[in-house]
Amino acid sequence: MDAGGERIRVIIAKVGLDGHDRGVKIVARTLRDAGMDVIYTGLHRTPEEVVEAAVQEDVDVIGVSILSGAHMTVFPRILAALKARDADDILVVGGGVIADDDCAALKSMGVRELMLQDTPPAEIVAMIERVVTERGPR
Amino acid sequence: MVYLASSDLVPKALAGDTRAIARLLTRAESGSAEARPAFDELFRHTGRAHIVGITGVPGSGKSTLVARLAAAIRAGGRKVAIVAIDPSSPFSGGAILGDRIRMGELGGDPGVFVRSMATRGSMGGLARGALEAVDVFDAAGYDIVLIETVGVGQDEVDIARAAHTTVVVSAPGLGDDIQAIKAGILEIADVHVVSKCDRADADKTIADLKNMLMLGLASARGTWRPQVVPTSAVRDEGVQELLTMIDRHREALAASGEIDARCAAIAERRLLAAGEEILRDRFVRDRHGRLAGLLAQLARRSLSPHSAATLLIAELGENA
Repeated sequence: MDAGGERIRVIIAKVGLDGHDRGVKIVARTLRDAGMDVIYTGLHRTPEEVVEAAVQEDVDVIGVSILSGAHMTVFPRILAALKARDADDILVVGGGVIADDDCAALKSMGVRELMLQDTPPAEIVAMIERVVTERGPR
Repeated sequence: MVYLASSDLVPKALAGDTRAIARLLTRAESGSAEARPAFDELFRHTGRAHIVGITGVPGSGKSTLVARLAAAIRAGGRKVAIVAIDPSSPFSGGAILGDRIRMGELGGDPGVFVRSMATRGSMGGLARGALEAVDVFDAAGYDIVLIETVGVGQDEVDIARAAHTTVVVSAPGLGDDIQAIKAGILEIADVHVVSKCDRADADKTIADLKNMLMLGLASARGTWRPQVVPTSAVRDEGVQELLTMIDRHREALAASGEIDARCAAIAERRLLAAGEEILRDRFVRDRHGRLAGLLAQLARRSLSPHSAATLLIAELGENA
């Protein structure tokens, strides 16, 4: 029987016209094996749908996998939708193929962390645990 | 949203605030002691929602059916909440909750609230805290709460002691007429759904279930005769019929007065489950005290497990 207590909850999302979901499934599995509850949205969601799901699921972290090149559109819309829902305590992280300059720009907008294609799985786990710890209890 | 105590979340949840509801659901799941008075308060506001359980084997089409059913409920103007349960890993305790994948079309409708929960070691097809989650939705004014169980085997029947109406989903091609007369999951259905009826072998599954029902084996739960509803997500068929059947079952329970017996059975199961949980928590807390001595006696076989448990409970009573 589970001892109870709050587990880290993460929603893993694919947004827009991006059908590459092998990486996102590996990340979901990795986080599961680290003891987290992982909600997977499936493909082709809008930023607003992801934010509404994140609010209903009361997640700690939204993780967006993006390999389509649309990151400069997708992330700002997610951040804006979170603000509009009074939910900007939910942390946004991302992974995929993103140019270095864009990474810097996205982080300055409020994306908490971005991990690119060669990141070892254990680093993703450690990063999620770190940003949730840094945020503190809620 | 900044940190709010559970008691401060209750009035917001009662007013329908999504974030407050979501946060209370998290605390229901974690079983936090801080939230107990809040759940006591919420419970006083429950008793209005119709609770529908949807169960069936893995891959039978529960999530797809729940998504379509929720859309049909919304089309009729009622508010609907979904508690969608998937299994936790027995090793890491983590879970992948994928029921939302089939529910994309519900996104953005404020009259639908979907919450995924992991079983967290609970064995009967439900999740720890699932029924407190139902309380939250009931108190927050959702008209219908759909509980989608984990994919079950033959014997995970807890949902029948948690829901007013139990829907068992069977997919074609998974067994013969002997499967259909076995005890267990098929007995708890108020409504049978045969999903994927666009498939050629669906007629046989429908016939097997109808034959089972004609044998009268499923009539033990009162005057309602369980019905078989064929559905097909591909052809978009059967969902309205299913909703009509669920509503008819609700009306039949009310008309016959059986709803009171069902609610009493749900209350009894919840009381016993809560009692077990309290005892288990106390046992765990006492692991290094009195329990250690009893465990040593068990190891020497000077005491049986049953006698040791009796002693332990007697002692808890004195210390209560």
